[in-house]
Amino acid sequence: MSGAATVSASEAHKLVWEGSVPLLIHLHDSEVTTLPPPPPALVLAPRLGYLPLLISELKPYFSSTLPPGVDTLWFEYRGLPLKWYIPTGVLFDLLCVEPERPWNLTVHFRGYPSNLLLPCEGEDSVKWSFINSLKEAAYVTKGNCKNVMNMSQSDQVELWRSVLNGNLESYQRVSSKLKLGTFEDEYTENISAVSTASQQNSGEADAAAQVKSGRIPVRLYVWTVTEDFDDLESAPQIDNWDKVSYINRPVEIQKEDGKYFSLNDAIKSLLPEYFPGSSFDNLGDASTKQSVGDERENTCDPDSSSLPLENAEIKLVRIQGIEPCLEIPFSWVVNNLMNPEYFLHICVCLKVSEANALQ
Amino acid sequence: MDQKESVRDITPWDGTLSSSDFFSAACAFSEKWKRFNAFVPPWLWVPSRKHHLLSSHKEEGYLSLEGMCLIKSSEEQESCRSQTWKEESSISQEEEAVDNATLVQSSCDEVNHYDFHIVYSPSYRVPVLYFRSYHSDGQPLPFGEIEKDLPDHSAKIRSESKWTFITQEEHPYLNRPWYKLHPCGTSEWMKLLFHGDTALNKNGFVIEHYLVSWFSVIGQVVGLKIPLGMLETLSC
Repeated sequence: MSGAATVSASEAHKLVWEGSVPLLIHLHDSEVTTLPPPPPALVLAPRLGYLPLLISELKPYFSSTLPPGVDTLWFEYRGLPLKWYIPTGVLFDLLCVEPERPWNLTVHFRGYPSNLLLPCEGEDSVKWSFINSLKEAAYVTKGNCKNVMNMSQSDQVELWRSVLNGNLESYQRVSSKLKLGTFEDEYTENISAVSTASQQNSGEADAAAQVKSGRIPVRLYVWTVTEDFDDLESAPQIDNWDKVSYINRPVEIQKEDGKYFSLNDAIKSLLPEYFPGSSFDNLGDASTKQSVGDERENTCDPDSSSLPLENAEIKLVRIQGIEPCLEIPFSWVVNNLMNPEYFLHICVCLKVSEANALQ
Repeated sequence: MDQKESVRDITPWDGTLSSSDFFSAACAFSEKWKRFNAFVPPWLWVPSRKHHLLSSHKEEGYLSLEGMCLIKSSEEQESCRSQTWKEESSISQEEEAVDNATLVQSSCDEVNHYDFHIVYSPSYRVPVLYFRSYHSDGQPLPFGEIEKDLPDHSAKIRSESKWTFITQEEHPYLNRPWYKLHPCGTSEWMKLLFHGDTALNKNGFVIEHYLVSWFSVIGQVVGLKIPLGMLETLSC
């Protein structure tokens, strides 16, 4: 994506915050009690938002036709129940390989699949999940979540409201107090220039709060294919959550002299089983892999001789609906494309051999 | 490796573990558990599904203890309520041995099944306990019923420590809702548990005993006891 070098930090944030997915939402047949059935609702959902938050927009469309009972809202796409705590934009990037606009979803107000989905009691559940993720991101970045735990009540309210309403200014005002900082290196602001980023910061990034630990909160959603696909239309459909490998693991920034840490490096560092040769290996010290104990049945059997692995190939990477050039400095991607809870969500499609595919 | 160890000895330990340390700690824990718990099922290491075919990373996975049955006596009064854990298979054996005359009595006892997983959290760099509970027919227990199963002091521990509370979240590997004990404060109290131990091989000692210490606290919240013999290994 060549445009990245010319987009300033504040422009990028604005674009991300304004990003939305048009949804065409159909009420499930089993819940239609009137004839003619209600037409589907066309809703513009913010990428950074969450599906259950759309209830206030949707209810008026369907309330007159719903069977009696208590509302327990859930969504599905082609039979796959959608995980409500994953931001809407991420769900779209992951499940709709060939972007469908509008994206056709089915909504249910009854019959919540509680064996599959976490319970959701409306906005409070979504808010709790958001704050929880924010705490986790704070812990990853700073080693503790004190800054989030110590937020004043009014700040917490304002932070959540700013996410609800998509208000970037309000969000920046409150989130800057958290001093979660941004990932700074000389490539952050301007890809071509090598200048210290701290002087160039516009309002929101706090230069004094540079990420010292070098751990970046990332959530990776990986799915595999065994064959090349020429165009997105022929890409296989994800019809089961078991086909997605969810990797909630921080990226550890490794700085090597003369080399910058790219998006490609970051992704490969999170997938050492597919990219064992990668110089940035995240799974821990090779020197501490020692066998403990002697029994082998069902207990730990650290067989550290690696099989010769076929090279896996990254076929597709989507972040905030764009497919960035993989050589972009990871620092730029983090600072500009992360979600309000300070996690960077990355959807990745890998091409692997039959044996290594996720079934 | 020597250099790394000496560097680690200098920097104060923050109570956390790396992913590969967790694997070593898990091996040590499950081994000790077997040694001291002859009549209880072992903790098994489950390699994460996606690595099933890639042996070079068998280290990624979690510890699993499944099929634990909590048998409650039919006593109504809480003070008389006894809590006994049994392995699923041993229960069915007992039922076969019982004759018809006593079957009526035993059917008053509720049996709740529990599965426990110890999963490493890369974000918090500590182990996290996940559990789920279900009736014999497979129906999951609502949290209200689980709370009744938990030992009396569990609520006390959970309310006293703002760090330790139970939430419902998706299991990191299994795509299903499980209950978990929140890991937020774990590194803090793990640091305290090891405070003052200045064994020469500090790292090896910590890894070897990490999960035993961790479990001695966490187990109390869910009523899983750690045998005295295992705890005594902490002092050698």
